[in-house]
This record gives sequence, C-alpha cells and structure tokens, in this order.
Amino acid sequence: MLELYRAEMSSRLLLGTAGYASPDLLRQAVQASGAEIVTVSLRRESARTKTGQGFWALIEELGCRLLPNTAGCHTAKEAVATAQMARELFGTAWIKLEVIANDDTLQPDVFGLVEAATELSGDGFDVLPYTTEDLSVAERLVAAGCEVLMPWGSPIGSARGLANKTALQTLRSYFPETPLIVDAGIGAPSHAAEAMEMGYDAVLLNTAVAKAGDPVKMAEGFARAVEAGRLAFEAGLLEPRDMASPSTPVAGTPFFKIDSVS
Amino acid sequence: MRILVNGERLTTDAHSLDELCEALGFAGAKIATAVNGSFVAAPARGRTRLAEADEIEIVAPRQGG
Repeated sequence: MLELYRAEMSSRLLLGTAGYASPDLLRQAVQASGAEIVTVSLRRESARTKTGQGFWALIEELGCRLLPNTAGCHTAKEAVATAQMARELFGTAWIKLEVIANDDTLQPDVFGLVEAATELSGDGFDVLPYTTEDLSVAERLVAAGCEVLMPWGSPIGSARGLANKTALQTLRSYFPETPLIVDAGIGAPSHAAEAMEMGYDAVLLNTAVAKAGDPVKMAEGFARAVEAGRLAFEAGLLEPRDMASPSTPVAGTPFFKIDSVS
Repeated sequence: MRILVNGERLTTDAHSLDELCEALGFAGAKIATAVNGSFVAAPARGRTRLAEADEIEIVAPRQGG
C-alpha cells in the first residue's frame, strides 16, 4: 500500500487531468490507469462561459482523491494564495506545490518552494512539493514539514524520463522512509517502471497519457509498468555484473571432457 | 468604481466581493476568490469591501497536471 499523509492507496500511479482531447477520453483514461489520485488545477473563471463548473461535475463523477496544484505560480506569495483558494475549492488540505523558476524548463524555484512549503505546512496543508532531485533542497523541504517529496524526472512534458538517475537513487537511499514520487518528464511506461524499480513509491504523469495516440491504452500500459516496477523492487533485483554468468547448469554439459582416454 | 476582475477592467456598483460575485452570475457557483493577491474565504466575501482599483481573482476548478 502507498501511504501519503495517512491516506492509503493501492495504486502507485497518479494521473493528471489536463490535455485530453475530450472529457470522455479523460474519464476513460483515469479508469484504465487505475489511478486513485488525480491532479487538478484552478484557473480564472469566465462569467460568460463558466467552464470550470462543468469540469467540476466531471471530476466529482471520477470519485478520485484530488491533488490540486499551484501550476504557473512564480512566487511563494502566489503559490500560497493559490493553495488557499484550492483548499477551499476542492475541500482538501493536499497541495501539489509548484513554484516555477523558468518558463522554458519549468524548473522549480527551490527557494520559493521552501518558503511556500514552510508557510503552508504551518497553516495545516499537506504539502507535496514538486522539486528538483537536489538533496539539500529535499532536506529543507522535509525540515519545512513536507512528508512527501516529488522530484522531477525531467522537465514537465519533455518525455525524457529520468534525467539524473544517480541523484534520484541518492534521494531514495537518503530518505528510505519518506514517500518519494517521480513527478514530471515521464514519457514512456519504461521510464515509470525504472523509477519504481529504483524503489520510488509512485509516479505522477499527465502528458504521456493525455497526448498518446490512444490515451486509454497508454493509461493501461502505464498502470502495468508501475505495477511491474514495484513488484520487481519488492522482489529484489539482480546486481549488474561485468562478466557473463551461465544460467543453465554447467554440471553435466554433454561433450565436456575432464580427462582424455589417451 | 473601476476594478480589475481576472485581469480585465470592469466598472461595478458592487460594494462587497459577495455582491460582485453575484452580479457576475457566480451565485452558487464553485469558485474561490482573492483580492489584491490575498485569498478571501467564501464566508468573508460579504464583509470584504471593494475599493477603486482593487484586483479581484475569481477562479474555478480546471484540468491540471
């Protein structure tokens, strides 16, 4: 079971709700993924179209636990106000905290992130920070009260997978008890499986499913990859080695001679 | 009074944030609000007075990653 802020989940795949071609595709993809947590956002509501009201009806119907984000915030102040609006709007203290430093890379502003995480944790939020794989930042986030960390695999929507595996492995080793979720950059089920094999507790992805040729099939592919990776981690993976090691027993190999008759 | 609502200029007679939301057709809608960068909880909208050049945010649930 995956435990995040005292909530237990059986699925280790968290899915984003953005970028699907239609509400129906979103609904089907979430179902196929088996995700129990979906990420959502808040945006300015038009008095004319009232777009958000219809989306809310769809989200309620999904029956998933909601993880609202602070996507697009560039300062701790914006992120804190957005989180406060999200808590009221979605009725949850969970917040996927994003403070963005750079619009081209969507790299987290780790200084603003720690500042906002400190304030929000103190205000009773359960903060799930979208961060880099930097260990010193992770330590500060934990000190700020974060019980879950979400390092990026690579930039959001880039589909580049785990760009810095060594640092991700270091984080895993350094925080054996803290739930760690790879958030962002996952492009293929193999990337997700890789994160899970490393012992990451879950993965969070959106674009790879939403923009797939067949999002529903891809959602199922990711669900299986996450499960496979987790099973492999629990089973214990073989250590890589430099030389071959025969899998078939060597003893009794035909034509093998120890002695010669002459 | 001239204010900014979701980044757009608006002239309103509303005295409170609550009145403004109602005038814009948001009564009963799933929204959250902020004034001049600070969150205003739903129960506080009635006592939140509006002033010239206030910057109001009215947000609703949306797709997110």
